[in-house]
Amino acid sequence: MKFIKAFFSIAFTLALIWLLQTKHGPVPPVGRFLSPADGFWQNAESKHILASRTLNLPGLTGKIIIKYDENRIPHIFAQNEHDLYYAQGYVTATERLWQLDIQTRSAAGRLAEIAGPQALEIDRYHRRMGMVYGAENSLKEMMAAKPIREMILAYTDGVNAYIHQLGPREYPLEFKLLDYAPEDFKPINCAFLLKLMSETLAGGSNEFAMSNVLKKFGANATNDLFPDYPMREDPIIPAGTKWNFKPLPIPKPSGSFLAAMNDSAKRVVKEEGIGSNNWAVAGSKTANGYPILANDPHLNLTYPSIWFQLQLSAPGVNVYGVSLPGAPSIILGFNNNISWGITNVDADVLDWYQVKFKDDKKNEYWYNKQWNKTTRRVEVINIRGQKPLTDTVIYTHHGPVVYEDKSKTTAHTPGFVPIGDALRWIAHDKSNELMTMYILNHGKNYDDYRKALTYFNAPASNFVFASRDNDIAITPNGKFPLKYKDQGKFILDGTDPADDWHDWIPFDQNPTVKNPPRGFVSSANQSSTDQTYPYYINWQFAPYQRGKRINDRLSAMRNATIDSMRILQTDVYSIRAQDMMPVLLKYLDASKLDKTQIAAYNTVKSWDKNFAINSVGATIFNAWWLKIYNMIWSDDFAGKSLRDNYPSMDRTEKLIAKEPNSKWFDDTRTPVKESCTEIINAAFTNVIDDMVHKYGQPGKAWQWGIVKKMEIAHLTNQEALSSGNFASGGTGSTINALNNGHGPSWRMVVQMGPTVKGYGIFPGGESGNPGSFYYDDMLKTWQNGELKELLFMQSPTEKSSRIKTTLIISNQK
Amino acid sequence: MLFLIILILSFASGFFLPWWVVAIAAFLAALFVGKTARQAFISGFGAVFIVWVVLALFKSIPNDHILAKRIATLFHLPSWWLILVVTGIVGGLVAGFAALSGLLVKKAFEKEEVLDKQM
Repeated sequence: MKFIKAFFSIAFTLALIWLLQTKHGPVPPVGRFLSPADGFWQNAESKHILASRTLNLPGLTGKIIIKYDENRIPHIFAQNEHDLYYAQGYVTATERLWQLDIQTRSAAGRLAEIAGPQALEIDRYHRRMGMVYGAENSLKEMMAAKPIREMILAYTDGVNAYIHQLGPREYPLEFKLLDYAPEDFKPINCAFLLKLMSETLAGGSNEFAMSNVLKKFGANATNDLFPDYPMREDPIIPAGTKWNFKPLPIPKPSGSFLAAMNDSAKRVVKEEGIGSNNWAVAGSKTANGYPILANDPHLNLTYPSIWFQLQLSAPGVNVYGVSLPGAPSIILGFNNNISWGITNVDADVLDWYQVKFKDDKKNEYWYNKQWNKTTRRVEVINIRGQKPLTDTVIYTHHGPVVYEDKSKTTAHTPGFVPIGDALRWIAHDKSNELMTMYILNHGKNYDDYRKALTYFNAPASNFVFASRDNDIAITPNGKFPLKYKDQGKFILDGTDPADDWHDWIPFDQNPTVKNPPRGFVSSANQSSTDQTYPYYINWQFAPYQRGKRINDRLSAMRNATIDSMRILQTDVYSIRAQDMMPVLLKYLDASKLDKTQIAAYNTVKSWDKNFAINSVGATIFNAWWLKIYNMIWSDDFAGKSLRDNYPSMDRTEKLIAKEPNSKWFDDTRTPVKESCTEIINAAFTNVIDDMVHKYGQPGKAWQWGIVKKMEIAHLTNQEALSSGNFASGGTGSTINALNNGHGPSWRMVVQMGPTVKGYGIFPGGESGNPGSFYYDDMLKTWQNGELKELLFMQSPTEKSSRIKTTLIISNQK
Repeated sequence: MLFLIILILSFASGFFLPWWVVAIAAFLAALFVGKTARQAFISGFGAVFIVWVVLALFKSIPNDHILAKRIATLFHLPSWWLILVVTGIVGGLVAGFAALSGLLVKKAFEKEEVLDKQM
């Protein structure tokens, strides 16, 4: 009896320990996670940091001095470039190890290894769209270039030096939460990171939906509703700029394209208004006579912060800016001679090809009037708690057939991917974008800028530039396929060589402008050029409002300073409201409104068109406009195959302003025939009634900053590790484009001159650890629309009261 | 006595050994110096509760409890000190049952009459 009692007690205790040592679904191993010895308490960083520390690490050739400022931004001083990139890898890993791990897993299709079957479909998609294939191609190119190979290897060694000295109790918090261990960093991770950027910025497509639109409405209506150039535009390369090159012959459209465009033939929705801004102002327009450059790339804001800020200094290079955790060098920044920044071009570099297989074996496909062999690539996906999944992907010469038939898809398959089509994507090609960054980091003048750009393939970016020599320039730059006009607007014919990507637009014929007479260059993702540019880059770009506002303000600007740029970056004036309010108010019949509606009408009528935090007019206009937009198109463009792929807002504005009698105003679901006037009036009363229902009588609860949701979410989507909702001004079509979790991920302003001065801020902090004081210490400054002066040191011995701690790393014998 | 031994052993092990070592410490201590089931459980529970709370505070106070607040939210607890209490209880339960097991093993091997006297 006593033995049984003892036995049961021991068994119970062991079971309890096992229970607390094991992960259950999303719940971490509770005992281990809560224990002060192993668990999360170990990640609680102390506010007392040693003022100076020394460290020995293997594989260094000299001594590294790292000065940390009050935001824990590292200023690295090395004696040679190997040690410099080693140190960058090391400090990035100390602050962002989990981020390095998870983003590589995401790109490489290896999330299910740690998250189990729930992440399987994301992994399959990433494998099947060729992320690994593309990364392997790029890695070869990167490793073939000596300076890049050395840079990547040194960075990799630096990251691994940190990982190797780490015990389980020092693992970053997220490893403990998700219950897994970091693995060694590999050079291919750098390539994965760049592919991830391509996926984010150039990985969506609406060709599937566009092809369905074409089928449903025919060519005339499709071309009318989805025109190749917007009504309102203010292109990046100033309209009227002459092209001083002889263009290559443009390929002929394929037979199937021409047939589809003939009306007699029977036969991922992109989010609008999300993008980035950059500009450079010539010395003639600035107070100190030297150019000023500004950049604010908009991304889906996350914790840990997307960017990692630092200074890199070694003999021959001294550069400051932000890096991407996982890639050596500075991506956006400045040195003593030049500064640069980027926004997304949104080029048409992702196309789908309808494949005709010979039979169900799919070993051969029809192309160029003969049967051609397919190839196969086997992807093995490891799944936590299950047997690995072996997934075979068929490739044609175009690229992977992402889902060759319905049997390969599940309920979680991304809806914008057409079934049975091969994917041709720029991210599959070999490339060496880091060479661009390497040259810019070391760059001295305009010629270096032009040279750097020749190496950049994808994601195509608008590179803005300013130098101490008083040059400014902008170049929508990347590797652009040479296409016939609209090639890739719809799904292409995989059997016809005429639909292949033929050649490339020569780099020196990419649109570019240097020192234009107007005294500034700018971009905000709008059309790269006016309609005289001989080549096709894309048929649709981001709407023009941000670009127009920037150009209006910069045209008027004299004696510009850092602060004029800061104010412009945080500008919330709505060009859409400026364009559309007079038109909408003309249609609105105020005599038919009730008392509350009249009050709302008066508010919106007297609104100053700023999407300010406390603006009620902004809330009303925004809801009203969206309602009108939806009421016009939702009847015709509903349904899964059309994927709510509505005509653009620009086209809608044209419809209202110039075609009030158009048939598209009629709601085909109702027996009566609606007109433009009826839509606009009904939208207004519906919206006001809805808002009264939701927020009560017009008042504080209607303010834009309160109605609009804005949060910076942690990559795990855990609310506890996120910023929480906060009030903010701006919207997608204003310069300060804060909308739906998107926004300026880094705001930078650089004043060139004999002594360069940089200012910048990002929403978050240098540390990726939610238990650090430096996890979100810069958020408040960013929210307030302020910038911090960036401490750009010329030597490690330079005195500054902002330097708080020093780390000295020497070689371990 | 038992309380003090478990306290010292688990405090010392907390700096370099895995968390479940507290169970071994409590088990062995109770095996040698345990007296009654009740005393063993309370000693194990109380000692490790205190050790874990103190060690956690040691980390959390210089951190101004910013991480404890986030983890409390993660566990749907309204305040940072509740995650501290939960931490203490989890450690306490493991050590309490381990000590109880040690004591029961001790009893199982003890001579009959000694046990009778104590009962």
